[in-house]
Amino acid sequence: MASHATTEHTLAPGEIAKPNTGWIWKTFGVLVLITAVEFAITFALEGEHFKTFRNSILIGLTILKAFFIVGEFMHLKHETKGLIWTILIPVALLVWLLVALVTEGSFIGEVLQNMFK
Amino acid sequence: MAQPTTLQHPAASATQDAPRTGNWDGGNEPFKASYGKLMMWFFLLSDAFTFAAFLTTYGMIRHKHEVFTGDAKDFVFSTRWWPIPDHVFNAFPGMGEANVPLGFVALMTMILILSSVTMVLAVEAGHRMDKADVQKWLLWTILFGATFLASQAWEWTHFINGHAEPTIMADGTKFYGANLSMNQYGPVLFADLFFFITGFHGTHVFSGVCLLVWCFIATTNGTFEKRGHYEMIEKIGLYWHFVDLVWVFVFTFFYLV
Repeated sequence: MASHATTEHTLAPGEIAKPNTGWIWKTFGVLVLITAVEFAITFALEGEHFKTFRNSILIGLTILKAFFIVGEFMHLKHETKGLIWTILIPVALLVWLLVALVTEGSFIGEVLQNMFK
Repeated sequence: MAQPTTLQHPAASATQDAPRTGNWDGGNEPFKASYGKLMMWFFLLSDAFTFAAFLTTYGMIRHKHEVFTGDAKDFVFSTRWWPIPDHVFNAFPGMGEANVPLGFVALMTMILILSSVTMVLAVEAGHRMDKADVQKWLLWTILFGATFLASQAWEWTHFINGHAEPTIMADGTKFYGANLSMNQYGPVLFADLFFFITGFHGTHVFSGVCLLVWCFIATTNGTFEKRGHYEMIEKIGLYWHFVDLVWVFVFTFFYLV
């Protein structure tokens, strides 16, 4: 298994290595920061005028958050390339489905709302 | 003539005990990940399909409905348009009818992210074979997971019981809160999707907490110590992070956008 760099010193029997947790708290800090920014943007850019702009920023930040959770916490960034692609390609297809059906939903809504006009 | 690969010639018996190391002789780890972890990844991928189906349904149905096109301050609940989430989820436990838009959801998000952190810390302690540390961080993770579930129970109770301001129906009756066939916030499907999406996620959190409790008992009994590795904590950890990840998306698509 690919792993984070740990100090290469041989341990005496029964001895326990020192914790190496700096990267965990750093990732946590990034996640908290992104969530705070998301929250601020939700309220700062309220109103019809900014809707598309605001939502694209929010979705972008969510994907960034997902990148840190999957990459660092779930360790995917440090796995082999084959495993990374095995996970990413089906997920990319899901995103395609999502975009396609949301567009379809807008179209159906438009048709329904204009049916009797 | 092709050489049989499984039968040994008697003359070769001297080397019979030598392990075979060909590609198909077993003992390989595709992608350099153990069987259990690889299968957990594939399970999570299939679970992602389910949650994506939910969120796709949400997106499609939401876009099918009309949007409220006035100033956000003038917004009122109506079955005509999709509700603005921060007008629906604006209550905080112990604060009565005070308007705290999305405050409680933000807190729940923080709790779940924090539980993800304590989970990685448990995995890291497992790598070092530090039993006491694994126990400590598992307990924290269980605590945060249970807190999240309790928060969700409160959120559901408030959503079902409704806001102080009821919706006046066409025949003049007042209607509070939500159920599967009626709700005071907007179109019927809004409440249905809320129950199904957050409910399905909550079920995942609940299973996660159960698995973590089992992990804690096994760690305390020294099962993993005897086994020589704490890989089970890593596998449960993958599941737990996935549940956190799903919440990140639910938070954005259901509450923020």
